[in-house]
Amino acid sequence: MISTVPPAFIFIVGGLLVPFIKGKWKSAYLLLIPVIGFVNLISIPEGTHWVVRFLDWELVFGRIDRLSLLFGYIFHLISFIALLYALHVKDDLQHVAGLVYAGSALGVVFAGDIFSFFVFWEMLTVSSIFLIWSRRTRAALGAGYRYLLVHAAGGLCLLAGIVLHVNQTGSIEFGYIGLNGLATYFIFIGFGINCAWPVLHTWLTDAYPEATITGTIFMSAFTTKCAVYALARAFPGTEALIWIGAIMTGFPIFYAVIENDLRRVLAYSLINQVGFMVCGIGIGTALAINGAVAHVFNDVLFKALLFMSMGAIMYRTGKINGTALGGLYRTMPFTCICCMVGAASISAFPLFSGFVSKSMVMDAAAKGHMTGIWFLLLFASAGVFHHAGIKIPFFAFFGHDSGMRPKEAPVNMLLAMGIAAFLCIFIGSFPGPLYSLLPYPVDYVPYTAPHVLGQTQLLFFSALAFSLLLLSGIYPGEQRCVNLDSDWFYRKGSRLFYYIMDRSFNGLCRVSERVFVGGLAGSLGRVSRDGATRAALLAMVPSWVITGASGEKLAHKKASLRAALDTGSSPIGISAAIATIFLIVVFLLM
Amino acid sequence: MEEKEQNKKKYLFDNPRNVNRLLRCFFASLVVLLIIEFFVHKHPHFPWEGWLEFYAVYGFVACVALVLAAKYILRPIMKRREDYYD
Repeated sequence: MISTVPPAFIFIVGGLLVPFIKGKWKSAYLLLIPVIGFVNLISIPEGTHWVVRFLDWELVFGRIDRLSLLFGYIFHLISFIALLYALHVKDDLQHVAGLVYAGSALGVVFAGDIFSFFVFWEMLTVSSIFLIWSRRTRAALGAGYRYLLVHAAGGLCLLAGIVLHVNQTGSIEFGYIGLNGLATYFIFIGFGINCAWPVLHTWLTDAYPEATITGTIFMSAFTTKCAVYALARAFPGTEALIWIGAIMTGFPIFYAVIENDLRRVLAYSLINQVGFMVCGIGIGTALAINGAVAHVFNDVLFKALLFMSMGAIMYRTGKINGTALGGLYRTMPFTCICCMVGAASISAFPLFSGFVSKSMVMDAAAKGHMTGIWFLLLFASAGVFHHAGIKIPFFAFFGHDSGMRPKEAPVNMLLAMGIAAFLCIFIGSFPGPLYSLLPYPVDYVPYTAPHVLGQTQLLFFSALAFSLLLLSGIYPGEQRCVNLDSDWFYRKGSRLFYYIMDRSFNGLCRVSERVFVGGLAGSLGRVSRDGATRAALLAMVPSWVITGASGEKLAHKKASLRAALDTGSSPIGISAAIATIFLIVVFLLM
Repeated sequence: MEEKEQNKKKYLFDNPRNVNRLLRCFFASLVVLLIIEFFVHKHPHFPWEGWLEFYAVYGFVACVALVLAAKYILRPIMKRREDYYD
């Protein structure tokens, strides 16, 4: 029996040690971390491990069951692939951030209590932000801040829910929660922000395309999938998720058609794929949950593969806009083939991985007689092929000849893409091993003649639509532009907020300055300077007038009094009289 | 000079005949897919799944609708200059 440690521990500690490893050993060290992690993971028996007492609570760092294990496997696998892809990167910050990020994701899926779950959940944001900022461009800096703010808001929402929930139930165990009452709605929406639900999704399409080439691979794998895990754990069978998921599959494809930045196209299609998972969790039957979780496994691989192929292009050409690319199959054939494997997988072509998992969710919707949902999902299936399956490879590798003849991607990138591509085909052709890992026993056969035929027809005739639209010139050309999305509300809204704050608070400052600094302070100064003199004159002048002083004599008396008070040299008698009067006034007032 | 040589190098789809071949293969496979359907026994969940060529028609119509909606509705509403947020 090997003594094991919490899976997150290996990645986080391993990651923090990266800067201390120098030279040629660094590559080996980086790749060794997920390998050791995996050996550690498969040595842990199912059950609850590493229970730590903290204050009055019990934190659980290892709740190992079939659901969390599947996420654990794919997170280890994708960490290895992403690290291999990033081996050429000399920037330690990115390696540390990537590994801590992966460790946090493992922490999330193996957390058995909601406290440690929350801490790892927040670490996801904090570590991944450096994968955006490491790009070191102005756009990346801005997108990173927006990413941070949105996730901070989501984290606070989740925290509020957790506090209320723990207060109500008295338990910090993280299990089924279900929608019932304010606390659970907070938690639900907190998960939803990381899950990129419609309207809450723009952090993803904003930040992922701005992250570093290698950072995006990590990012595409962890944040949204952790949210899917959390939903599968806490809200399976919640009806709202069915519609949320279905809408997620639908709306991004419209954006993807008109988007120019090919990594942003992939970000939209990421939301579309997560939609299938969310929908499956909402349906909540064994088949649907199995489908959702299997789709997580496959999506992590093929989405990473697609991002890797686009990253390779970016690495070699420095460009990623559809308008600037084209015809790269000539000199990057292997990257092109890998991209097409990823495209076929995400489109759910028979023999590719998407086919064996997406169809489970579709089938679960059909078995539940959800007609509208089924039509939406089918529409999204055709649409995803359209933008991710055809548009991405076509505009990057075929289409018009950009004239660029870049070198093929570096070996480590090719290897990483090759492994992912192999797995996409392997899982698609032999789904048995994946099915054996799913949370519920699988009684589903993807390869039936009508299913294969129906799906192939759907995809081929989508391709026909693409070809005809392209040949007829109707297909919208790529344009250099920004497409508004719901981030408009906070990107422009923040300016309105800034304007309002500027007007109201700075206005208040200006008024205050005028009143207090310009006006009040001056008059206070005048009062404290002349007050005594004026009071003395007020008291003395009538008595002088009564005693017959007038004209020059009065003026002289006034001048000498003023001089005496200004220099503090008034005769003692007067001072004593004033003091006495003062005391009498005080006495009377008492 | 060397670069020029390289530019002259012919690649697979630089030859229009290869493009035509590919398109012909593609169209042929569409026809085959339509024909196969007559020989496949279906067991539909929904009645329309049993209709002839349902998936083919749906796939085609869905994609045309998608592109037209994106081009003529979404883009005019949402498109802004590249420096819109700067």
